[in-house]
Amino acid sequence: MSRKILLDKINVPGIKSYEVYRANGGYASVEKALKTLTPDEVVEEVKTSGLRGRGGAGFPAGMKWSFIDKKSGKPRHLVCNADESEPGTFKDRFLMEYIPHLLIEGMITSSYALGANLSYIYIRGEYMWVFKILEKAINEARAAGWLGKNILGTGYDLDLYVHCGAGAYICGEETALIESLEGKRGNPRIKPPFPAVSGLWANPTVVNNVETIAAVPWIVNNGGAEYAKIGIGRSTGTKLISASGHIKNPGVYEIELGLSVDEFMNSDEYLGGMSSDRPLKAFVPGGSSVPILPANLIFKTANGEDRLMTYESLSDGGFATGSMLGSGGFIVYNDTACIVRNTWNFSRFYHHESCGQCSPCREGTGWLEKVLHRIETGYGREEDIDLLWSIQAKIEGNTICPLGDAAAWPVAAAIRHFRDEFEYHVRFPEKIKNRDHFVEEPFEKVKHLVGKATV
Amino acid sequence: MKVTIDGQSIEVEPGTTILQAARMIGGESVPPAMCYYSKLKGSGGKCRCCLVEVSKGSDADPRPMPKLVASCVTGCMDGMEVNSTASERVQEARKSVTEFLLINHPLDCPVCDQAGECDLQNLSFKHGKSQTRYIEEKRTFAPEDIGPNIQLHMNRCILCYRCVMVADQLTDGRVHGVVDRGDHSNISTCISKAITNEFSGNMIDVCPVGALTDKTFRFKSRVWFNKPFNAHRNCDKCCGKVTVWMFGNEIQRVTGRKDEYHEVEEFICNECRFDHKDVKDWVIEGPRKFEKDSVINQNNYTRKIAPVVIETEEAILKGREQDRLKISMAAIPLKAGEQEAFNEGNV
Repeated sequence: MSRKILLDKINVPGIKSYEVYRANGGYASVEKALKTLTPDEVVEEVKTSGLRGRGGAGFPAGMKWSFIDKKSGKPRHLVCNADESEPGTFKDRFLMEYIPHLLIEGMITSSYALGANLSYIYIRGEYMWVFKILEKAINEARAAGWLGKNILGTGYDLDLYVHCGAGAYICGEETALIESLEGKRGNPRIKPPFPAVSGLWANPTVVNNVETIAAVPWIVNNGGAEYAKIGIGRSTGTKLISASGHIKNPGVYEIELGLSVDEFMNSDEYLGGMSSDRPLKAFVPGGSSVPILPANLIFKTANGEDRLMTYESLSDGGFATGSMLGSGGFIVYNDTACIVRNTWNFSRFYHHESCGQCSPCREGTGWLEKVLHRIETGYGREEDIDLLWSIQAKIEGNTICPLGDAAAWPVAAAIRHFRDEFEYHVRFPEKIKNRDHFVEEPFEKVKHLVGKATV
Repeated sequence: MKVTIDGQSIEVEPGTTILQAARMIGGESVPPAMCYYSKLKGSGGKCRCCLVEVSKGSDADPRPMPKLVASCVTGCMDGMEVNSTASERVQEARKSVTEFLLINHPLDCPVCDQAGECDLQNLSFKHGKSQTRYIEEKRTFAPEDIGPNIQLHMNRCILCYRCVMVADQLTDGRVHGVVDRGDHSNISTCISKAITNEFSGNMIDVCPVGALTDKTFRFKSRVWFNKPFNAHRNCDKCCGKVTVWMFGNEIQRVTGRKDEYHEVEEFICNECRFDHKDVKDWVIEGPRKFEKDSVINQNNYTRKIAPVVIETEEAILKGREQDRLKISMAAIPLKAGEQEAFNEGNV
């Protein structure tokens, strides 16, 4: 049984309400931080914990906090990135919906650490019901004296607002989020300057994911060193994983980083193995933007070591043999899944969500989607596979923000690991057109037609 | 600070970007720029044409930058070494951007009013390919009338955001901007409003392609048939310094004065641009100078042309004279006696 930090009180009846949350030790970290610790000491605890950003990039949170410009004399802000929109990732929604006061508590403690007197939770537009839950929680916290002027008589003031986005994936990118929060079109800014120097209204700003901020109360209550004991190496603490696909038990899980992928996939405590007892074909470990891996690279790394649920193990060997932990959107495919269709589906999403500001992303994501659509519907040409490879390579690394990379990586990985499936699509278009392919006849059974082994 | 670009070093002030430093050096190392416009704050970084390779970050931190960087928004560091023309990665990236930009841009140069002074045309000439790999349908938009002076051809727009920045920074009450997202995004006015602001004409000058065109000039002439002259007038709204584009004695178009990178020296008002097409309205200063190779430069000479004296035997020139007479026929009346000799077939 893994240790629970974020979800340990999730089963307490009524934990969503302030009274129950408080009665179960809620807001203790605010009391401890404001009354016994200086802001710098809180930052040090987070640094010691080794907590890495849970939004996808995995940048050390404490280090990010330490970058904030304290000498400028300008107001500082903490912005919570609750614009969770990546296909396959739905962990923040769970946290906010079922234990909203944990996030509020984390926001207050973290804002204190950063010296922020005005903080925001920027939430995805489609999460309107969660928006209402958070608003209610904020009002409860304000009424109980955890927000507003002179909190706990310490002289610290904090206003906290929840702001609803208009439903754009790009607003999950921190600078686009800030633009949107300022009331502008959600286009990413050119970095540098980074938000820690010039963020919201040109003030020093830290943008952190919901799960990252929600981990702060436990770190303050128990100490950063205690948190660092959980997990392995530089992957400390616990991580929420949102699991979906062809598995017995889809849902949101809190795991200790370092758990083996095998145990996570197959034990009854977690995913319970494959649904319908069909063989495993592929998985995406960290949301739709990270590279997909074939079955032979799921449980073991290329070196033959056990694949672990850590930042390092999942990315072992680079993209040739690894992927990324990302935001923890764990998607599992059985042998009936069509990788081409799946890639087209992801590509459709990134095409739709590109902000259109920079040329490679604006034009490239559309091109990728159109070529994939042709291949998937049986109108592909043999040269289209190399064309796809070429287009994704031209997008990757050349865009303003990582959305270009997010659009390119799934295509690259799909071709790298499942090229024969693409070739099957372009060589046997009639088979593709005439049936819901791979459901009745999984690709493994028709693979010999391609006449070429998997690359 | 010392910066080296393609092996050429230059001293620059702190805050100088790589593109600005390259422009100080000049020549082939200057990266192309479709969205950067030195006169507009916040421009640059979007088109990705000006990507360069930083092979050495600075003397303090000599590590190379892993990704190519947009030179127009990346500041120089002391000791920085940059590869622009000298880098294959950079050349490949520019080719890629050119290909991406041409995906949805119609190749209607033969009818486009921007032909001859189109930055995308120049970019394509240097970095483009003769064939396209894009077989899908291009995006299309209905032409849009966005005011009394400007015609919008959205099909040609490459979303450089320059016109939006002009409207933001030069005009009051901006009524147009970018709507929609991704490759659906387009420039339009908000709920069919007309752009009437006194400085809106500058949107035409900053547009690097033929998306925004001058209604008073459209289809009057190809630009290379016009003779551009610097001219000025007393104007209470702007500096009054312009370039007038003449066909014979007729002023067909008025634009801001542009430098070698196609960027205006000063923005001008709509009255100067659209309402003064009479030669008497202007003090003509002299021919506009060109620094950059472009089709627009054809047939334009800024140097004084001295008559050529042909030093040769007169007898040899006599044959040429005879040819001239034959070719001229009725166009040049022959002298008395010549006509007679011509009629008799003696010439």
